[in-house]
Amino acid sequence: MRRAVSAVLRRDLRIETRTPQVVPGMALFSISAFVVFHFALQARSVSGNLAAGVLWVTLLLAAVLGIARQFVADREEGGFEGFLLAPVDRTALLVAKVASLFLFLVALELVAVPAFLIMLLGPSPVEFWRLLLALLLADAGIAFVGTLVGALAVQSRARDLLVPLLVLPLLVPLLIGAVKISAPVFGAPVAAARWPWVLALYDLVFGLVAYAVFDFLLED
Amino acid sequence: MYGTRLRALSIATLVTLTGGFALAAFYAPEDADQGFMQKILYLHVPLAIAALCGFIFAGICAIQHLRTNEFRWDLRSYVAIHVSLIFGAAVLITGSIWARASWGHWWVWDEPTLVSFLIVFLLYATYQPLRFSIEDRDKQSRYASVFAITAGAFVPLNFLAVRLAQSYTHPRVFATANGGLEPHMKVAFYVCLLGMALLYVTLWKYEMAAKNTRMQLKALRRRLGGDIVAPPRRSAQPTMESA
Repeated sequence: MRRAVSAVLRRDLRIETRTPQVVPGMALFSISAFVVFHFALQARSVSGNLAAGVLWVTLLLAAVLGIARQFVADREEGGFEGFLLAPVDRTALLVAKVASLFLFLVALELVAVPAFLIMLLGPSPVEFWRLLLALLLADAGIAFVGTLVGALAVQSRARDLLVPLLVLPLLVPLLIGAVKISAPVFGAPVAAARWPWVLALYDLVFGLVAYAVFDFLLED
Repeated sequence: MYGTRLRALSIATLVTLTGGFALAAFYAPEDADQGFMQKILYLHVPLAIAALCGFIFAGICAIQHLRTNEFRWDLRSYVAIHVSLIFGAAVLITGSIWARASWGHWWVWDEPTLVSFLIVFLLYATYQPLRFSIEDRDKQSRYASVFAITAGAFVPLNFLAVRLAQSYTHPRVFATANGGLEPHMKVAFYVCLLGMALLYVTLWKYEMAAKNTRMQLKALRRRLGGDIVAPPRRSAQPTMESA
């Protein structure tokens, strides 16, 4: 199992490093989104809840781009068939895809968060660990939900249409939690302490759901 | 099998629902602040409860479908989501009317239950596009079941998160179904709830019976001679061939 996971994960990372597609796309999208927000809000800088909202909407929409691309190579280049022929547990593909999406999201945030701090944020951030906590929990949740939805949508003809329609409602609870945790970094009052637990519960539930149903998406 | 007892069920639904609304109109007292408009509670809340239970039921049917791989469970799940979506649209419309009457706006974000309901509705609205865009019948039903399970798990989680997000800043304006209702209102409310549940079951059974009959008819026609049978069209509905 561990070898299969690391083999698939290494393959995905190698594809991405040889022909960078997903991560640069997401990063460029996030910076364009900040520019768009600047003009749409008519503001030189944002702070408080508004800042948290701008950052998280951008990250979520950028993540949708990555989710839609996640299984495309597997479908078009026969990756699914190859994986199904190999005598390994199918959960290995789920774990590897969740890990690769998680890493892509971290790479996106390494670009998008500093860009946000420089381009849009007014007050200097305080208690930065809150943002890191929110990013960590939210990335795990997006990785689980995104992998499930990516695998669900990749077989349909309307993939690019379905992914945002499916992902955005599913991620609303996650967005609420992430905004509540990270808003104090940008100067908003501190929210209740239970939000990290709500996000952790979300991650746990969707991790289990993905684990339970992912096999059925691979049968052929 | 689905056509049995439909008449009795329909009559029971009609009687209970009419009786419930009659109780709501004449027996239950008028609300002190909201007056007559509060009566929409007897329509709106039972609709919402029936729709949500339908979504959960669809998720359970989908689990059964994945376990047994029998197309009947897929059909049950499909019909349950279909009826729930119709109920859901009615919930959003009645909720909007209620909000307009009591707060003066067609839509308010202060009411966590209604907001959660909108999110759930938006998610389930993609169920049929998802089915329609997968051509392979077998895959279509399997993927639809995966969707129904995921969305079913999402429903309670979403209600929890939206409720927590707002409960401290805004007090609950309306009494919930069992909290703080006056006893006469409670009686009327429960009769309405029962009537709406019966309505859901009746509609569900009607659609199941219709779909089953159509499938049997198609199978018989095919056995008689293939010429009159139209070639299968692409559709979001589950069909017998997928079994």
